[in-house]
Amino acid sequence: MHAVYIVKRFGVFLLIVWIAATLNFFLPRLSGEDPVRTKLLEEASLGGYVHAGIDNMVREYQQRFGLDKPLWRQYLTYLGQISHGDLNYSIANYPRTVVGMITEALPWTIGLLGVTTLFSFAAGTILGALLAWPRAPYWMRWLMPPLWALHAIPFFLLGLVLSWLLAFKLQWLPIFGGYSAGATPALSWGFVFDVLRHAVLPALSIVLVSVGGWALAMRGMMITTMGEDYITFAEAKGLHSATIFTRYCIRNAILPQTTGLALALGQILSGAVLVEAIFGYPGIGALLFQAIEENDFFLIQGIVFTVIVALGFATFVLDVIYPWLDPRISYSQS
Amino acid sequence: MSASVLRVERLRVAYDHPLGAVCAVDDVSFSLRPRERFGLVGESGSGKSTMALAILRLIKPPGHIEAGAVWFEDTALFSLTDEAMRGLRLASIAMVPQGSMNALNPVLRIREQIRDALADHRERLSRREFAARVCELLTQVGLPGEVADKYPHELSGGMKQRACIAIAIALRPKVIIADEPTSALDVVVQQQVMETLGHVQAELGAALILIGHDMGLMAQFVDRLGIMYAGRLVEAAPIGEIISAPRHPYTRMLIDSLPSLERKTGLRGIPGLAPLMRDLRSGCAFHPRCRVAEAGCRTRKPAMRDIADDISVACHRA
Repeated sequence: MHAVYIVKRFGVFLLIVWIAATLNFFLPRLSGEDPVRTKLLEEASLGGYVHAGIDNMVREYQQRFGLDKPLWRQYLTYLGQISHGDLNYSIANYPRTVVGMITEALPWTIGLLGVTTLFSFAAGTILGALLAWPRAPYWMRWLMPPLWALHAIPFFLLGLVLSWLLAFKLQWLPIFGGYSAGATPALSWGFVFDVLRHAVLPALSIVLVSVGGWALAMRGMMITTMGEDYITFAEAKGLHSATIFTRYCIRNAILPQTTGLALALGQILSGAVLVEAIFGYPGIGALLFQAIEENDFFLIQGIVFTVIVALGFATFVLDVIYPWLDPRISYSQS
Repeated sequence: MSASVLRVERLRVAYDHPLGAVCAVDDVSFSLRPRERFGLVGESGSGKSTMALAILRLIKPPGHIEAGAVWFEDTALFSLTDEAMRGLRLASIAMVPQGSMNALNPVLRIREQIRDALADHRERLSRREFAARVCELLTQVGLPGEVADKYPHELSGGMKQRACIAIAIALRPKVIIADEPTSALDVVVQQQVMETLGHVQAELGAALILIGHDMGLMAQFVDRLGIMYAGRLVEAAPIGEIISAPRHPYTRMLIDSLPSLERKTGLRGIPGLAPLMRDLRSGCAFHPRCRVAEAGCRTRKPAMRDIADDISVACHRA
């Protein structure tokens, strides 16, 4: 029963990936632009003169990238390639591969945004639950207005303010990058500490902005849950308030939060663009930004494809664990 | 020393409201003898459920208990610490909620909901003892043992109601308060559930307060009946007395409004509406709808008084 459900869900996931791949393939080609020619002309104009043999070069490169073949052939080759995890070469950084560039950038993004998203979720959910709980310490109520205010500020703005204050004025933290210029990435205490120091600013701006949102959503769900009949019955059963809080209130209120978490985790990659651009963080967002600037079709496609696969995968994981969290959603249905 | 297992004395529960406090339960006194089945009827908003919650000290703001006392045997409930009161719930006074709807936590199995109740009352059982206990409880309410591993949404309304009864009797309480336990069930299931409830009550030797608004059901089930109107208890008497010789005009009209097999005339209702609790006028709350009201009824509030053995009524004209 469970196996059938999981296989079905996985099928849906593959379908999403296929549709995404197809759109990803056709959309840029419908624009009618020729990336190779654009690139070469750009380089040529930088050099100050128009190369005489540019048409030959374009043809040569198009052959090398397979762009001279009919569209359906290109499509089939493309599907074959991505099924092997081959996302072609970067146009702007030839001969580096798209996969190589993405795998290099991905750990930075997952490290920064994955950790901050999970942390904000956990902190915000606990905070929101306590804010709705009449027995929570009174001082907690004072936390809510500042968190709401921070939640309303776009995080790139908060990021700018924080980096001005903490990095520029007070000079407590580095202003830019994932690690100090000149440091060699290695698994040493010094380097790890350096990376953490660089992560504080972007992490702080993301966490401060998003905690309020999680807390607000959780508080709302808690209040709804606390009005349910089963809470009154739980009280009439003479349960400890801690039992009611965790097993009857939070356990039920957290269900929509989990959906939110899965979606938030899936959107990490796309959400990374602004943060990483502001803080010069060497992650996937910065890479996408750079790819768009350089008109690097294959790199853009590769990143967008990765984002969609990540979102699809997050949804798939959620689909698999949700019936376990909420027994009303059963494996046998849908 | 006292013959009653539960005694409610001049209980008064108010809900704060910007336009002035509303008295949902106003000066209600009654007592419950061991093993007795006491019914409480009244229309919606007459304070029945509020009273049930007040006995368990579960009134939440903006509501609060304003005055009065509740005695369980020789314990004054309102002077207990919160922790002592918590320990008393379920163990001594248990509530059976309207369980067919939403009284069970949707994400926990029935077994876990019983386990929580036992664990928080320091019932230390081995796994095997616990399994046997759950099975025994479910059998007592007429459910198969497999129900323990079901989630509430996998049960029918009647089964959920039985599961609620099983939880309520888990610690063999001396008082069971059943708050409209069958109001969302069809009559056949209602009958079965009431039989189960009566059966476990007799088995435990517990006293029972049955809250509802179905006079027919009460007539079949309870020993004594209390009639509530606008937050006040207006009549309390053995069920036979109430049915054959109702003293309060409201009770009389309630009885008259029951459909009868002999009388084939149309149904008779009680003209008018229940009063808004916020602007209760002086005097008897029922006087605007009363057929026998006189001048005094408009100004003086009638107090509950005993007019015969075990019969008390709050009416100037009774």
